[in-house]
Amino acid sequence: MKRKLEVSELIFKIISYTLLTIFALACLYPFVYAISAAISGRTAVEYGQIVLFPKNIQFDAFKRMFNDNMFWNAYSNTLFVTFYGTVWALFYSILGAYALSKKRLLFRKFFNFFLVFTMWFAAGIVPQYLNYLDTKQIFNAIGIMDDKWLVVIAMGMAAMNIILLRNAFEGVPSEIEEAAIVDGASEFQVLTKVYLPMCKSTIATVALFFGISRWNGYFWARQMISNSNEHPLQVFIRLRLEEFTDAEAMAGWNQPYASDSVIYALIVCSIVPILIIYPFIQKYFAKGTNVGGVKE
Amino acid sequence: MKSKAADFLIYDEATGRYRESPEQAVRDDVEKHYWLHVGRSILKDWRLYLMLIPMLLVFLFWRYFPMYELLGCFKVSDEVLPVSEQLFSGFSYFKRLLIGGDDLSAEFWRAMRNTFILSFYGLCFGFPMPIILALFFNEIKSNIARSVYQVLTYLPKFMSTVVMTSLVVMLVKQGSLTSGMGIVSQFLAKVGWISEEVARSGLLNNPRFFRPIYIISGIWESAGYDSIVFFAAIIAISPTSYEAAQIDGAGKWAQMRYVVLPSILSTIVIMLITRIGSLLNIGYEKVLLLYNTNTYVTADVVSTFAQRYGLAGAAKGIASAAEMMNNVVGMLLVIGANTIARKASDVSLY
Repeated sequence: MKRKLEVSELIFKIISYTLLTIFALACLYPFVYAISAAISGRTAVEYGQIVLFPKNIQFDAFKRMFNDNMFWNAYSNTLFVTFYGTVWALFYSILGAYALSKKRLLFRKFFNFFLVFTMWFAAGIVPQYLNYLDTKQIFNAIGIMDDKWLVVIAMGMAAMNIILLRNAFEGVPSEIEEAAIVDGASEFQVLTKVYLPMCKSTIATVALFFGISRWNGYFWARQMISNSNEHPLQVFIRLRLEEFTDAEAMAGWNQPYASDSVIYALIVCSIVPILIIYPFIQKYFAKGTNVGGVKE
Repeated sequence: MKSKAADFLIYDEATGRYRESPEQAVRDDVEKHYWLHVGRSILKDWRLYLMLIPMLLVFLFWRYFPMYELLGCFKVSDEVLPVSEQLFSGFSYFKRLLIGGDDLSAEFWRAMRNTFILSFYGLCFGFPMPIILALFFNEIKSNIARSVYQVLTYLPKFMSTVVMTSLVVMLVKQGSLTSGMGIVSQFLAKVGWISEEVARSGLLNNPRFFRPIYIISGIWESAGYDSIVFFAAIIAISPTSYEAAQIDGAGKWAQMRYVVLPSILSTIVIMLITRIGSLLNIGYEKVLLLYNTNTYVTADVVSTFAQRYGLAGAAKGIASAAEMMNNVVGMLLVIGANTIARKASDVSLY
């Protein structure tokens, strides 16, 4: 049976559709504009004629960027840091969370506090900086000259992610673990054969969080990586933008594209890979916030 | 709890005397040789402790060792000596910052005030938006249409801070109406919300516009993503509640008021408390990427103050003292918020 819509309901529906549409379009618009501005001709961009659709289409701004070795270098550095950083963070987080999830672990309260305290109190930028400088010296002394490895190993730890994993592991019924032990599984086999498959979706979510924070990492990478060949993409983009705002006419006057277009092309290129994998990871991303309400 | 003799003694019929129960003997043994038992248990489960080690080391090296460097707040800054060999200067840096009466102290107080104002505005305007969005999402009955809207609104969350701020910088860039001006400035100037001169000199160079830009870009970035929690709470409401309300003659507003709001109130309270807890942990990266010398008046927060003096400049002691004060207040807020959350509901945040 269909009930007739009441007036108040109808009004609310109309309002919500309108406002949602406006907000969704506002979310989308900057991306569309960036793409249009990146592929529009020089005069159109410089005279501000682009509103939504591109005019006098050219792809030279993209070409210029694709011919730039530094750009590809920055891209590969970001992939390097994202991949190894996520693997390393997952390695110690999963092992640590597994140990913390066991009731028979002695001093469990202390270890938990050890983790949680880092969420409450951070030493701050300057002490962290001094610490990373020392770390860099030590790394150099033992022969790790690449600052990329410093970024991979020493940065991006998140206590919250470990607690998410710990809670997921605690949710696995202990009978299953006991059954595995009766069947002769070692501690390590219990983890890999029982716990990991059962907590797959939480692990995927946490991996995604680590991966995104690595992909987006900017501040410390810029502070600690001295060699510009090792700069990740985010640092590269920012340096280009600063260079560009300092000297606006950097593109030269005989180019078929405006200097703005280069920046927009750079922005588009850094977003596109994320847009491609977005549909596949979106469900884990949405799940992550729901497991955020944590129990002790 | 009252302890009875029978808990740890048993009556021996043969001798007619009490003697120690074997259970109590074990307990005594454990107490006497506590560390021996700890050692035995660790030996038995050594794999567990081995698994714990990498995580502990990582956090020790790169989260706890920096706290040792905080000693620098109380010592005479020295570029050459390690912090352990510097001379103590007591609370002089803190005094200088808090009641120094000079330019530096004024700048510190400005940064402190800006931190509070920025996060307070962020809370006032940024917090209700996701709830409103979630209510709107609930109105859309078609699943496909709703996912389209949701996917579109989550989208900005996926951009890095650098890309987001680069876009903002480009969209409100300086320039004249006919050349080079960012599209958003153009629009605002044409509609008449800002004068043309203001738009021409660039919105990000104008201290009046830093806070609105910061807040609005924050809402744009995360409102959609933050609405997930509230939407999950709303769809958990049983349809029978709505039906019952309708039979009682409740219109849309009455349903909102008496069905939806009470059901998601606990979620709202928890999220609000979390937000208040992290009030002072403002995203310094975003401020750093958006501000410039023209907008220090409204944009400079404690972290950027510390970054400017400690990393770009050489006043490491002063800079870390400033940030430490901010972080200690922040920690008290977090702990307070968590305690309240635990009292208010059974959910503890950590």
